[in-house]
This record gives sequence, structure tokens and C-alpha cells, in this order.
Amino acid sequence: MTDLTRLTATEIAGLVASGETSAVEVTRAHLARIAAVDDRVNAFLHVDTEGALAAAGAVDARRAAGEELGPLAGVPVAVKDVLTTKGVPTTVGSKILEGWRPPYDSTIVQRLRAAGTVMLGKTNMDEFAMGSSTEYSAYGATHNPWDLDRIPGGSGGGSSAALAAYEAPLAIGSDTGGSIRQPAAVTGTVGAKPTYGGTSRYGLVAFSSSLDTPGPCARTVLDAALLHAVIGGHDPRDSTSIPAPVPDVVAAAKLGASGDLTGVKLGVVTEFSGDGGEPGVQAAFREAVETLTKMGAEIVEVSCPHFRYALPAYYLIAPSECSSNLARFDGVRFGLRVGDDGNRSLEEVMSLTREAGFGPEVKRRIMIGTYALSSGYYDAYYGQAQKVRTLITRDFTSAFEQVDALISPTTPFVAFPIGSRTSDPYQMYLADLYTIPTNLYGGPGISVPCGLSEGLPVGLQIMAPTMADDRMYRVAAALESAVGTLTPPAL
Amino acid sequence: MAAISREEVAHLARLSRLAVTEEELDTFAGQLDVILQSVAQVGEVAAADIPPTSHSVPLTNVLREDVVVPGLTPQEALSGAPDAEEQRFRVPRILDEDVAS
Repeated sequence: MTDLTRLTATEIAGLVASGETSAVEVTRAHLARIAAVDDRVNAFLHVDTEGALAAAGAVDARRAAGEELGPLAGVPVAVKDVLTTKGVPTTVGSKILEGWRPPYDSTIVQRLRAAGTVMLGKTNMDEFAMGSSTEYSAYGATHNPWDLDRIPGGSGGGSSAALAAYEAPLAIGSDTGGSIRQPAAVTGTVGAKPTYGGTSRYGLVAFSSSLDTPGPCARTVLDAALLHAVIGGHDPRDSTSIPAPVPDVVAAAKLGASGDLTGVKLGVVTEFSGDGGEPGVQAAFREAVETLTKMGAEIVEVSCPHFRYALPAYYLIAPSECSSNLARFDGVRFGLRVGDDGNRSLEEVMSLTREAGFGPEVKRRIMIGTYALSSGYYDAYYGQAQKVRTLITRDFTSAFEQVDALISPTTPFVAFPIGSRTSDPYQMYLADLYTIPTNLYGGPGISVPCGLSEGLPVGLQIMAPTMADDRMYRVAAALESAVGTLTPPAL
Repeated sequence: MAAISREEVAHLARLSRLAVTEEELDTFAGQLDVILQSVAQVGEVAAADIPPTSHSVPLTNVLREDVVVPGLTPQEALSGAPDAEEQRFRVPRILDEDVAS
């Protein structure tokens, strides 16, 4: 009998639509897999068994009634705990929101429900999406299914680990500096950061509003594209949502699967192909470049001189926005309140609540942001970082006058051992060295598996111009057709 | 030379409404110093004439039709509040009692 958890989303949707299996059976198989392995992986913060079975039953009823089902109807999906889910706990990996059940659904979740997907539950993440390993979750680290002693990336390590552990065929992430792409790379899965404004931020708990981008995670490029098409598109509830249709990412993924890249010009980012990356990562990347060349792509080197300042600029801009956004966690409207004994003032209660509710990385970023925005430091730090952001955008614009898309390794190193980078916060920041420029520019980026280094997955990143998300899917699908999907050792 | 002192970190914590412990101050002072020295690299870029970018989407004044749409009921809006009274969020005292009296 087919193991339903090993199938792609496309295959599951086909079987449900044809009646060869039911959405309820598919959901039960995934819930059983979660029950069997998640005590070791810790990908889920909350499993919504009842809600999932009800949603699956509704899909089966619609099929029985002869209704036409969407392309992902009946397919289970795991949702990063950064998106609000009506009546279902949403913690953002933080103690400050422990037990909170939002009174509304985020736009992404509304669209997932409308498409007939089945939400299995909420996935683990670094607190407030700040981190690159999921070790900063207030609810314990997630473990990489490839090696349980290693990190699954972050902040969306729960979503990517759930895919690699066959607990879900689809997942949602959010990418502020690489939180979809870096976990995808180190777990051997696919993760796409759409163009900023291409997916709605309504109901996404804000970290850095000018950078936060929800997006699809899957085990195949086509599955990611199908999910992207379901969640993407204009949302009047998000004032930075782009009022234009989503590029046809599904058609692009199908086109790319032919393995023909004739006429496509790709740029290798000079600044990201030299030192800084592990030798094994560099070797896998070079091999992928050869593969893409054999498929007909023309490869040139492109210099983006300001990319080396992307990491410092990001670690000023993102903390500045976070220090402002996280001011809403004041113990008044939702979540934790500490020290309200009838004698303490609002300000004292607020300070005690935030002290108890936030973990160390969140506190560090709030303080860095507060510093960068202070009078006297504003021009040298936040103001200067915004100017560097302009120069990075210009690097992208001029690169895309020469090439259709840029490529690089997704991360400088493979999954590192749990505990090896938490004592030095800046060492953790380096995990996002190659993914951050795209966020500052606002364009789309995708990570697709390109091989192994010492038995651990390596990802290739494809970066495309704003609102040309389809281009990256074409290249990613082409590479996938040669590399194949990666299968981790049995858990 | 350190970019930031322990006293400055204590000040930042107060501004950030974080009642940090003495032990945390010791740890954070060293860590924030490393981070700030690293991010200060942005100062190497000659950017005096470069306009700042706050946002990548070139949209301004996004408006919608002024029509009533369903929203949260007061009960829903208060459902996650630590404390509520008479359909309002209840907060600890804001003024000192002797000031208020």
C-alpha cells in the first residue's frame, strides 16, 4: 500500500480528486506520522487534530457532492506559528503569547482554507522569527531530520523539518532575512520568498514590516509553485500589497521541469562565490552551475559590490523596525501580564511583562533597534543603513540589466550542530549572509536542493527581479529535474 | 574601544521597557558591543548623496472605499486581554495616587 506521507502535494491532490483516496485518509496518515516522529523532531508547537479532520471531511463531502476541487484540495499543510489562526493557538515561538487564540485568520490562512487545504497545525520557529536555527524558540529547538543533533535552520525550522520528516507535504513560512530559504537549504527541501508585497502580511505577526514576506515551502518546486499561486495576490487589508496578479509560477515550474534553459542568462554573484562559504557548499554549488550550463543556460559572473554591506545594514534596519513593532506587546490587549499586584504602575507592569515574556535574542534586537533609532545615532546607523539599502537595490537593478536571474549558494554552511552558535549572536547572523540582500531589495528568491556535502543538504539560491517570481521557479525546476529530490535517512 | 557601555545598555533597557537583571546586563553589554561594532561597517560606504530606502514597494496613499465591512465584536477583541472591564481593556494605574488625588 502507498505510504501517503511520501507523496508530493500534486500526487495527493490527484488521488483525492479521482477518489482513489480520501482527504480524511491522507490527513490521518500525516497525523499518525506526526505522532510517531515529532517527539524527536519537535516541528510542531500545536497539532489541530480535530480541525484538520473536519477540514478534510468537508473536502470529501464537496467531492461526493460533485463539486469541482482546487489544485491543492485535500492536501495537508503545516503553518508557521507566525500567522494568526482563528481559535487556534498562535505563539510566534514566544512565551509572551503563550495560550493566545487569535479572534481572526490571517489572509494566508483564509486562502489556504478556501483552497481546501487541510491545516495540520502550527510549526516551531525562532521567537518572533528572529534567528537562523529555531534554537531561539521559547518551546525548545526543532531537530533536523537529516541529523537530529543538528539545527533545521531558522526562523522557519519547524516548517522545513516537518517537510523533511514527511509530517506534511506543504508548509508556510515567512522570510525577513532568509527564514524560508535557509531552513529549506539545510533540510534539503524547497522554499520560496515571493516578491515583497506579492503575499499578504495581514495577520502575520510583524517583525520587520518592510521586509517580512510569507511564502511557500514544499519538497518539490511544482508543489511550492502551486502553494504560491494559492496564497499570493493582492490583499486590500495589506497597504503594501502589490495590486497586480501573481506571475504564472505554476506554468514556469512546469516549463522548467523539461530541463531546457536555452536562452536563459544567469549571473553568479562574484561576492558570494569566493571565500566565506564552506568548501563542500562551494563544491556543490559549482557542480550545480555546470549542470545549469549543460541545460543551455548562459552563465556569467556579476559583481554586486554593496552586497557585503547587506548583513550590517539588515542588522540595523530589522532591529529598528522590530523595536517599534514589538512595542505592542505591553501586557494590555493580549498575551502575558506579569506583576499586576494592584500597586505597581502600568510602566512597571509593562517592563516586568516584557522581561518575562521575551527571550534573549528578542531583547537584544529590541535594544539594538532602540539604539540605532536614538537621536545622535540615527544618522550614523539607521539612516546610513537605509542609504546602503538603496545601493544594494541599485546593484540588483544593474545586475538584472545583464542577466535574467542571479544565483548563489543559499547559505555559507550546512546544518550546524545544535548549541554551536548560540553563545555568539553574530556567528548566528552569518547564516543569512547570502539571503539578506534579496529582502533589502524586495525581489523574490528560492532555495532548491543542489546536492550533499558530507551527507548534509546544500541549497542553491535563485534571485529574480521584483514581480518576476516565475523566472526563479523555471530555473529551480530545471535544476530539480537533474538533481532530484533529496531523501533523508529513516527516522 | 567598546562601542557601548554597561550603563548605556541599562539605559536602552529602560527605554525598551525591559526590566533586565544585573546578570543579563553583563551578558548583553558584551554581546551588543560585538553586534554594534560589526554593523558599524555601514559607515564605510560613501553614501552622502544617496537617498534612503524605507520600503521596496513604490506605493503611496493606499486608500480603500469608505464602506462598512464586518469587524471584530467587542467580545472577540477582548478575548485575549489579560484583564477587561465594561467592554474595555483594564490596565494597571497610570498615575501615582498622590498625584491623581
